[in-house]
This record gives sequence, structure tokens and C-alpha cells, in this order.
Amino acid sequence: MPAVLEIEGLRKTYKSRRRGTRNALDGFDMRVDAGQVHGFLGPNGSGKTTTLRTLLGLIRPDGGRMSLLGHEVPDALPAVAGQVGAIVESPQFFPHFTARDTLSLLAGAGEVPATRVDEVLELVGLRDRSGERVKTYSLGMKQRLAVASALLKNPKLLILDEPANGLDPGGIREMRTLMRTLAESGMTVVLSSHILGEIQLICDSVTIISLGRRVAFGPVDEVLAQHSSSAVRIRLEAVSDLPAAIETLTRAGIQVTGHPDHLMLAGVDKPASVTRLLAEQNLYVSELAPIAVDLESVFLELTATAPVPGQHRQVDESMKVGGTGQPGPAGGGWGA
Amino acid sequence: MSLFRTELRRLTKRRFTRYMTLLGLLVLAAVVIGVFFSNQKIGAEQLARAEVQADQQYQEQVRYIEQERVACEQAKKAGTPNDGRYPDDCSMITPPSRDQIEAKWFLPSTFDFRETFDETLIPFAAILALVGFVVGASFVGAEWSTGGMMNLLLWRPKRLTVLLTKLAALLTGILAVTLPAAVLWFAGFWAVASFRGSTEKMTSGVWQSFMLTGVRGVVLVLALTTIGFALASLGRHTAMALGGVVALMVVGQFGLGILLSMANVRWAEAFLLPTYALAWMTKTVTLQDWNSCNATYYGECKPDTLDITWQQSSVLLSVGVVVILGAALWAMRRRDIS
Repeated sequence: MPAVLEIEGLRKTYKSRRRGTRNALDGFDMRVDAGQVHGFLGPNGSGKTTTLRTLLGLIRPDGGRMSLLGHEVPDALPAVAGQVGAIVESPQFFPHFTARDTLSLLAGAGEVPATRVDEVLELVGLRDRSGERVKTYSLGMKQRLAVASALLKNPKLLILDEPANGLDPGGIREMRTLMRTLAESGMTVVLSSHILGEIQLICDSVTIISLGRRVAFGPVDEVLAQHSSSAVRIRLEAVSDLPAAIETLTRAGIQVTGHPDHLMLAGVDKPASVTRLLAEQNLYVSELAPIAVDLESVFLELTATAPVPGQHRQVDESMKVGGTGQPGPAGGGWGA
Repeated sequence: MSLFRTELRRLTKRRFTRYMTLLGLLVLAAVVIGVFFSNQKIGAEQLARAEVQADQQYQEQVRYIEQERVACEQAKKAGTPNDGRYPDDCSMITPPSRDQIEAKWFLPSTFDFRETFDETLIPFAAILALVGFVVGASFVGAEWSTGGMMNLLLWRPKRLTVLLTKLAALLTGILAVTLPAAVLWFAGFWAVASFRGSTEKMTSGVWQSFMLTGVRGVVLVLALTTIGFALASLGRHTAMALGGVVALMVVGQFGLGILLSMANVRWAEAFLLPTYALAWMTKTVTLQDWNSCNATYYGECKPDTLDITWQQSSVLLSVGVVVILGAALWAMRRRDIS
């Protein structure tokens, strides 16, 4: 499948006399194939928005190579801009114009037929409110307008940064359906979001970024499988049998974590071996459940951003690729 | 071309543009109406009334001078010490002759198109330049601060083309207001002169001079519009241009003016921008140094003078526009958009 978006070794460094040097992007790689819905994930300050801005020509990179729809950017951006619809970060519009005026002006600038304005307003559910000023809109409505503006070009590649921000549950579901419909029509969609459940539901593949570097990528199933921990939860008929079970399983080389009413086992290749081992000791299992890993837990593990009781994690305290896996401050602040 | 048309649409759709333009035009209309009602046409009736007033003034002067002469003689007889109020010879206190009090002094104000219209082009240019500056600054400043510029650049990634097209649309819009306003200004004052003054002695040379002053006024409006636009683009906010100009006027002009005058700097006005704006409109501003004295053949004391010409102003204006717009273009090309 041809790549619609390719990034290799992208670097962006911010230098400040006061705060020193901060690598917002540190050799970042990314690839999105045609027709996919691709999730782009990362903690706050990890470099997601910087990547998107750089890709769209808003930020000048310090190194690396990027291409969109087979054209090297930023040089060929004027040639491909008409085929790339994007919203970057929170939706921003001139507050005193109506949604229709806003889209109509963009359509005029981009030489898009005026009829397309009505089509996208209908698509994002703003048809009946299109005559109202944007300043009267809720965040969710502004978000819909932003998506409409990105769809106005009928792009081949749609890049959406946090499109579900501010949307109500119905809106989130509509957005999910829209993404899928667009992908089915042949449009490639890159979706940056923190709603990982949504990403897992919508996306074919993901890229996870942490501290300006890619820490995981590939089809969602593969990424999940790579980080599956083979954990199993078991309960016994009698809670009083739990200590004996711990002893039996530990002797068999299985890592066991005891809980008041159940046990958590790690490193179990075949769950059937657990039942056999325990049955031999007259310990009977009432429940055995393999623990499925989800994208959120993979994300938290890879970026080392899982909350720790009693600690207040700072922005930029996340995983360094090739490091020890321990979170550590990297300097800097907001603004990736 | 589509971008240009779109930007022109965006400019005219903005409420701020509409309100500021309307406000500027209302102020201009108020000036014309004010001049209309504060002037009168001079006819036989006004001339006769002025003659009567001149006569009355002459009689008053005669009475007053006579009183003073009598008072002088009485003081002299009484031996009151002369504190400089009266001359030694009281007969020197004589009234003016009748012809020294001219009837024209008592004529009501009248609008002589040939003599006065040139001066009216200064407030015309100043008001529209102010409107152009503020509208220009807001047009691009609001785009930056609301994220509109970023949205536009996602559609049209050629940054310089976008900024220059916006500027072209702005200047076209300002020109579209200024030119008809100038025609109405000419027509308005022609009407004022027709009904409340005189339109006599209008030669082709006078018309040519007015046209050239008008053209310089329009250039001033366009230059200040460009500067407002460029400053706001440079600071990526309308407040950058407005704050910058307030700082320049308060600190750079009033402050500098006071400082230069305290330091007794010769030709202090030559360091102040309004002098050059005035010179641009009036072709020459002559500064005078009253600390110097050049005695004439008749014993008069003439000050040294310095002429600030419209050519010097044009250099300053051109350099200002080129430097500020150049900086805005450079920043647009080089700086990240975040």
C-alpha cells in the first residue's frame, strides 16, 4: 500500500536563553498508508502538534524528511495543500463571522465550489445553525466547524488534531462514524486524540510518540499483541485456599500477586496448565480470565505516564526511547 | 485572484472595517457641515454692516484716545510720577486715521475656495490615514490573534503571497473609500464656497495644485495603512500597531519634543514626524529659529529659517514603509506559526 504520509528523522529544537535547548522532535519517524484511519498518540508535550504543524508548513523543521501524497514537503506544499484537509489544535475562527461566512471565505481562498459549503455543513450537523456567529458556538460546535473546514477541500488526506474535543457523546459517535465513512470512501485519516478507547475503535494503525520520538507503531492489533503481558486472573472456590495456591503456582515458576479474593498471574503461556496444577493439589478454580491489554494501558506503559499515587507527574515526564524505562524530566514546558 | 477577491470580501464583511469607515466619513461630513455653517457669503449687506462696525470702532478709538490724552495732561499737571504709562509729550497720543481701521476686519468668515481648500486636504488626509491605519492593523492583527491566518495558510501555504494579497486587498479597499471621499470632499467644499464664500479666480494652475495635494493626501493614507498593517503583522496582534503608535506619539514625539525644547535644540521640530507629514501635504514647512537675529537693511530682526520639503518627507515616508513592511515580510517568511 502506498504511503500517503511519510516522516523520517524529523527534528525540531527550540532554543531559549532562559530555558536552554529543548528537542520537541528528536528524530521522529511516521508512516501512514493510503486508505487507513491512523491514530497519532502521545502525552501532552510529546511533540504531536509540533509534528502536525511542521508537516503542514507552519513550523520550520531543523532536520529530517517529510512527504505528503508522494511529494516532498514543505517544498511541494503549495501543490498538495489542496488535497490535505487539516485542523491543528483547538479550532480557531474569527468570532464575528457566521459559520457559513467562515467556510465561504475559505472556499473562496481555495477555489472550492460554493456548493461544497452546504455539503460539509450538512455533514457535520451545522446546517441549521450556520447563520449564527461563531462566537455564540459551544466548543463542540466549533469543533464541528473545524472538521467542516478541513473537509471543505474534499481532501485525500485528512489530519485532525483532537477532533472529539468538546463533543457530546452523540457527537463523538457521529465523528467516529464519519471517520469510518470517509476512510471507506478512500480518504486517509490521521487522528490525534487522547480518547484512546475511540482510537482503538476507529483506527487501523497507530503511532505513539513520546518526548519527540516514536515509541510504537503499526496496526492496532499488533501493537496490542506486542505489549500483551499474558496476565491471568483466577478465583478459587474457597478463599481460604488462596495461600496454598500461591505456594503451588510459585513453585511451578509462575509470578503470582495475591489479592484478598483472587490472584493475578503473570507469564502464563497456557492457562490450562494453571487449572491442571491446582487441581492436582485439590484446589478448584471457579474463574480463570486472561487479562486483555487495551490501548490505554499500552500507551501508559510505553510513555510511562500512568498516574502514581502520591506523585504529581509533570508535563514532559515520560518515556525516553532506549532509556531505562523510568520517567524523567526533560526540561521545557508546554508547547509541543 | 480568488484569494484577492476573498480577502476583499473578508475586509468588507468585518464590522470593525464598516464602523471605522463610517465613523471616518461622518467626521469628514461633520467638518464640511461645520465649515458650511461657520462661513457666510459676502454681499452688499455684509459689506455695509462691516463699514458701520469699522466706523463704530473708529469712534470708540477716538473717544478712548481722547480720554487717555486728557488723563495724560492731568497727570502731568498733578506732577504724578510717570511710570511709563504716558509719553512725555501728551500731544503724541493721537487716534488712528479712519482708513487705518479696515472694514474687511469686520466681515464675517467666508470660504474662499482658491485660498482655503488646500488647507482642508490636511484634515481629510489625516482622518482617512487614521482610519486606514486602524483598519489595516485590525484586518491582519485579528487574523493572527484569532487563528484565521493559520487556517488560511493551511489552504494557501505561500506565506508571502498570502500576506501581500491581504495587503493588496486592504489598499484596494481603502482606495475605494478614499477616492470617492476625495471627490465628495471637493464637491462638498465647492458647494460651501458657492453658497458660503467664493469660487472665483480658479485657474487651471490652482486646480492642478489642488489635484497634486489631493494625490499626496491619498499617498499618505495608503502609506499609513500599509504601516499599520505591517506593524500588526509583525507583532501578530492589532494591539502591536496601536500600542506602537501610541508609544511613538507619546514618548517619541511629545516626550522628544519637550526634551528637545528643554535642551534648546535648534530646529527641534525637524526631529518630529508631524512636521514631515505637514511638509508632505503643504510642500514646504519653514522652521524659524527665534534665537538668531539677522538684521535687515531696514533694521528688522529676521530669524534663521529651515525648509522641510515634501521631497524630504517622501524619503522618510518611503524608508518607513520599506523598513516596516520589509520586517513584516521577513518575519512572515521566517517565523514559526504557532
